[in-house]
Amino acid sequence: MNPDLRREREAAAFQSELLTHVLDGGAERTSRRREIEALVLNDPEFQHEDLNFLSRSQRYEVAIRKSALMVMKLREYGIADPDEIYWFKSICLGTCVGPLNLHFSMFTHTIENQGTVDQREKWLPLACGLQIIGTYAQTEMGHGTHLRGLETTATYDPATQEFILNSPTVTSIKWWPGGLGKTSNHAIVLAQLYTQGQCKGLHAFIVPIRQLGTHEPLPGITVGDIGPKFGYDEMDNGYLKMDNFRIPRENMLMKYAKVEPDGTYVKPLSDKLTYGTMVFIRSIIVGDSARSLSRACTIAIRYSAVRHQSELKPGEPEPQILDYQTQQYKLFPLLATAYAFHFVGAYMKETYLRITGDISEGDLSQLPELHALTAGLKAFTSWIANAGIEECRMACGGHGYSRCSGLPDIYVTFTPSCTYEGENTVMMLQTARFLVKCYAQVSSGQLVSGMVSYLNDLSGQRIQPQQVAARPTTVHINDPASLVEAYKVRASRLVEAAAKNLQGELNRRESKEDAWNRTSVDLVRASEAHCHYVVVKLFTAKLSEISDAAVRAIMTNLCLLYALHGISKHTGDFLQAGILTDAQVTQVYQHVKDLLAVIRPNAVALVDSFDFHDSHLGSVLGRYDGNIYENMFEWAKKSPLNKTEVHESFHKHLKPMQAKL
Amino acid sequence: MAPTRYLRSSASRDVNPDLDIERKTPSFDVEKLTTILDGGAENTRVRRAVEAVIHSDPVFSREDKYFLSQNESYEAAVKKAVHLKKMMHQMKWSWAGSECKYCNRALGGEVAFTLHNIFMESILALSTDEQTAKWIPLAENYRILGSYAQTELGHGTYIRGFETTATFNISTQEFVLNTPKISAMKWWPGDLGRSATHTVVFAQLYIKGKCYGVHPFIVQIRSLHDHSPAPGVTVGDIGPKMDFNHIDNGYLLLQDVRVPRENMLSRFCEVLADGTYVKRGSEKINYFNMIIIRVKMLSNEVVPTLMKACTIAIRYSVVRRQSELMPGDQEAKILDYQTQQQKLLPVLAIAYAFHFMNEYMNELFSKGYREIKQKNFDSLPELHAFSSGLKAIVTEHSTAGVETCRKACGGHGYSLLSGLPSLYTRLAASCTYEGENTVLLLQTARFLVKCLGAARSGQPVPPSVAYLSAVNSERCLVRDKRDLLQPDVYVEAYRHVAIRVLSSAAAKLQALVQSGAEQHEAWHQCTVQLVHAAKAHCHYHVVKSFAEAVEKLGQEAGIQRIMKHLCGLFALHGIFSNTGDFLHDGYISGDQVDMMTASYLDLLAIVRKDAVPLVDAFDFTDETLNSALGSYDGHVYRRLYQWARKSPSNTKQANQVYENYLKPLFQNGLSKL
Repeated sequence: MNPDLRREREAAAFQSELLTHVLDGGAERTSRRREIEALVLNDPEFQHEDLNFLSRSQRYEVAIRKSALMVMKLREYGIADPDEIYWFKSICLGTCVGPLNLHFSMFTHTIENQGTVDQREKWLPLACGLQIIGTYAQTEMGHGTHLRGLETTATYDPATQEFILNSPTVTSIKWWPGGLGKTSNHAIVLAQLYTQGQCKGLHAFIVPIRQLGTHEPLPGITVGDIGPKFGYDEMDNGYLKMDNFRIPRENMLMKYAKVEPDGTYVKPLSDKLTYGTMVFIRSIIVGDSARSLSRACTIAIRYSAVRHQSELKPGEPEPQILDYQTQQYKLFPLLATAYAFHFVGAYMKETYLRITGDISEGDLSQLPELHALTAGLKAFTSWIANAGIEECRMACGGHGYSRCSGLPDIYVTFTPSCTYEGENTVMMLQTARFLVKCYAQVSSGQLVSGMVSYLNDLSGQRIQPQQVAARPTTVHINDPASLVEAYKVRASRLVEAAAKNLQGELNRRESKEDAWNRTSVDLVRASEAHCHYVVVKLFTAKLSEISDAAVRAIMTNLCLLYALHGISKHTGDFLQAGILTDAQVTQVYQHVKDLLAVIRPNAVALVDSFDFHDSHLGSVLGRYDGNIYENMFEWAKKSPLNKTEVHESFHKHLKPMQAKL
Repeated sequence: MAPTRYLRSSASRDVNPDLDIERKTPSFDVEKLTTILDGGAENTRVRRAVEAVIHSDPVFSREDKYFLSQNESYEAAVKKAVHLKKMMHQMKWSWAGSECKYCNRALGGEVAFTLHNIFMESILALSTDEQTAKWIPLAENYRILGSYAQTELGHGTYIRGFETTATFNISTQEFVLNTPKISAMKWWPGDLGRSATHTVVFAQLYIKGKCYGVHPFIVQIRSLHDHSPAPGVTVGDIGPKMDFNHIDNGYLLLQDVRVPRENMLSRFCEVLADGTYVKRGSEKINYFNMIIIRVKMLSNEVVPTLMKACTIAIRYSVVRRQSELMPGDQEAKILDYQTQQQKLLPVLAIAYAFHFMNEYMNELFSKGYREIKQKNFDSLPELHAFSSGLKAIVTEHSTAGVETCRKACGGHGYSLLSGLPSLYTRLAASCTYEGENTVLLLQTARFLVKCLGAARSGQPVPPSVAYLSAVNSERCLVRDKRDLLQPDVYVEAYRHVAIRVLSSAAAKLQALVQSGAEQHEAWHQCTVQLVHAAKAHCHYHVVKSFAEAVEKLGQEAGIQRIMKHLCGLFALHGIFSNTGDFLHDGYISGDQVDMMTASYLDLLAIVRKDAVPLVDAFDFTDETLNSALGSYDGHVYRRLYQWARKSPSNTKQANQVYENYLKPLFQNGLSKL
């Protein structure tokens, strides 16, 4: 092991293993996770060449091979618990994206949730046995998050009892679904249902797209890959164009809405039920934000402990770059953020499981808040993680730019989560809509509950609501609980300001939508402040659950760093609302720097606790043993340009040029 | 891409009506603004002529760019470079002339041998007349291909830390070059891995056991006969990167590689035959050349890349319709959403701000160059500090701006066919090359702290920091949101913050020293604050130079009006994003912040109307943009579909995976599982 890293690990003030247990939810779970990971890591069948040196088509091939193998092995080992499946998949795929992912998630889940008993009996065994591979085709070239705008049509023909599917315009071509281009032979297609001459809105249909046996597209189907992307090289995101393509009536998923053989449409009972899947997927993205940022932090912090550069003190050896305050200032707040998001992700998952219990018993009362919270937190965490990964990459200087660092790959794989499953700005505005509604409720004298209950504090001051802003609060900058209060006041002030600006616009304009649009910058700020408060609150709440004193101490410092750094980046909000004075802001800046020095000796141990295996990190810079330079050289030798000592371009282009001139 | 004819006038093209209507009523003369951006109508003419030549030549087509592997990209870049040399020879264009600059713009920089020019420039700057006479003709005629090997695996910006050695051997009159350990390998230099035959190697010079520091040596690394590596040389490509995969960034390992004494570039230092080390002249001029590279990079690469991203994102945002603003109406253009305006229009303002900043800096450098030619080096520290800080903030904001544009295009911005990911990945490198940004900002800060001390003790200070001598104003006095649009009001606000942040960093530094900390330790403790101070200083200058440039546009009322709006947008966006700095000591009040926000949002709506003409004025050809989303005609979806269908993943042989993996899976699926 690199001596710098060894020293760092020895000097930590806590045992990184104990913190790993906290992250996993207990020591037993950590050891079970490692057992499962070992099944993959010790299996030669899962070995493959470094993806960085492969073409897109080769990468796709590796991913298909691995996905297929993964399915077989999962069954072979009899792994069935959802968490265990997740662990197995993560380590199997490593840095790869799986073209079969949508088959196992959206395709089968949608049939399970929206299919009738008959439909489930027919399709699920085929899907589970991989006799068919499906995907979920919702997004079109011209429409994404705004579902009502989708243009694909499914027109019912009672004569033949079939639906006729059409892509009437270029913009209506299904575009982006993963696994659609090359892999799938079926797709769940979302289309506007027309029956008896009327449009009944979006519904889901199971559509066969390729011939079983030959895999050729069926007549009336045009399907293909949408071409190269920023990342997701292994994924065949696809397009799908349908021309008078007919499917039997039974292929419409009819658990809720139905079309009778004569074309009569039967309405669903509640349209909120489909929220469930969205909430679930968005809460997963929160967890992904945490994991992706953690990986980036692991790489950047280990590298910064190994890299030496320049001088701090004249005449002394070059220090580790992690000793520079500016480097700490780049990386440690991100490390704190990664931990914060881990706890938020865990909370979201628990809440989802708790509330789905209620939902299955018919209680939908908590769904609006959960929906609003997941939308906002999905956007909040993915935006911040997205920027944070790039900061980690740039903190590694030139070498961060090489694919060998693994950082470009983490970024390009993670960044689409700002857009998919709901574009982030739209998500923030959904949260804002909920916040404004709660504010209105409070203003009319009703109380609200849950994470927004702080708005109730406004009710006593309805006559002079601006007092909220001016309310004297004594913030203790060393106390996480006091900082939670500060964030709370900030959120309530910004929600109130946005709601009032909206009211002002509404008084001046005819259209509600126009007024909303003219307030949307304020509304997004309010949502961000709300989410920021929730994150600080959840991080703080987690501290008391940590039993080991040394671990709790370092986590308390990280929590403080997270909260104070957030304040230092938004001092305007805290100053304008009178939550902090100029002098306190100056103290906050200083305290952030003091905390950097406290975190410094523990930084490597803190990233070790994430417990990423080297093969999962996929980074030469982030290797556990820290032997970076020699391995960069080994890696580079494998570059495709180095296949021959003299590149063929020399013979083809250079030599003729030199001869001519 | 269908080989679109090279056409400019919208009348002759079938334009998407949603885009066309945006061009009907610009508030200013678009063509005139283009000539202003080009620095005169003659430049616009030359640029367009060069673009016409390049785009009509099929060898320069970039149609398949997004589908190439690393090997193919490299080969395409070499092929284009060779062809370009031939063409430049025929057209009698010089490599230092403006045509060459415009060729590069038209080609999006996707040609090999860019380091060959740096190789020649460094020889011109660092060699004696005899050395120039020997090497330059060889390089000009491509008898040899050069690179420039400075960065090592273990050391980048910190040049003194380089570990490569060049030891003088008196008996053979040679330097013996060595890479003593892995971290000393040269790593990253462009064109080094596969193309170059020669390179300038920077190494620690040793004579009779004594180290004289880092010096440049010309080293032959490949045979001129069969291109195989020279004896003792291990050279290769460093592998795939985030971008620049058309360039063979290389590694170089030297084991007892001998070069004659004459191969040390000796304009400033020479080793005599007996091993005597002689220093002569001032290296400062050489230093100046390094700064010039930085400045050129900003105006030739960084800012145009940001402008391209704005062009693509803004054109797409008036073609893309989504959701409703008025119930029952057609879906709205996404640029009509305030949140979309707030993402894109400040970035557009940044692009213009940086353009005018570059012009200002170029003037400053021309003046500096005249002085330096007369051996007056007084302005050098200022030019160095100024260009360092600006390089850092221009690359940082431009990189972030391009990514904002990409993300503002939603899912389609993630497709390489949008052109945006490549713009980002190209630009992202600029934050670390030519000086790591944080290091550069701290260099600026060091200069500022020194000047602040001088200013306070009444000594004269250079012009860019003269504002430090004035008394800082205490309060912003505006009472109405319209007053916030007055340039003197916001320029003053930025000035106030720049002085306050620098003063408080300097005070902290002094307090630490007075309490007994050593100077270097105190400096270290304050670096986060000092970086903040350097950024505030640069931000102030960008706002100020933009406001001054607007002032000078008096001849063109329409252009001046819209530029004033953009300048206000740039300034107020900076305040809006960072209100704490302005509120901190009560310079502006909470009420003024609210006014400022209102003013800022008003400006978004005003600039929105001219958004498309403002990006049209950048005058990028479709071939240069190479984007399915950003073409002049706005036929976004049609083009996206056409381009996607040409992807290699849609050819027949791509179905091998089905035969190899999926078919067995389907057939044996159940029995195996």
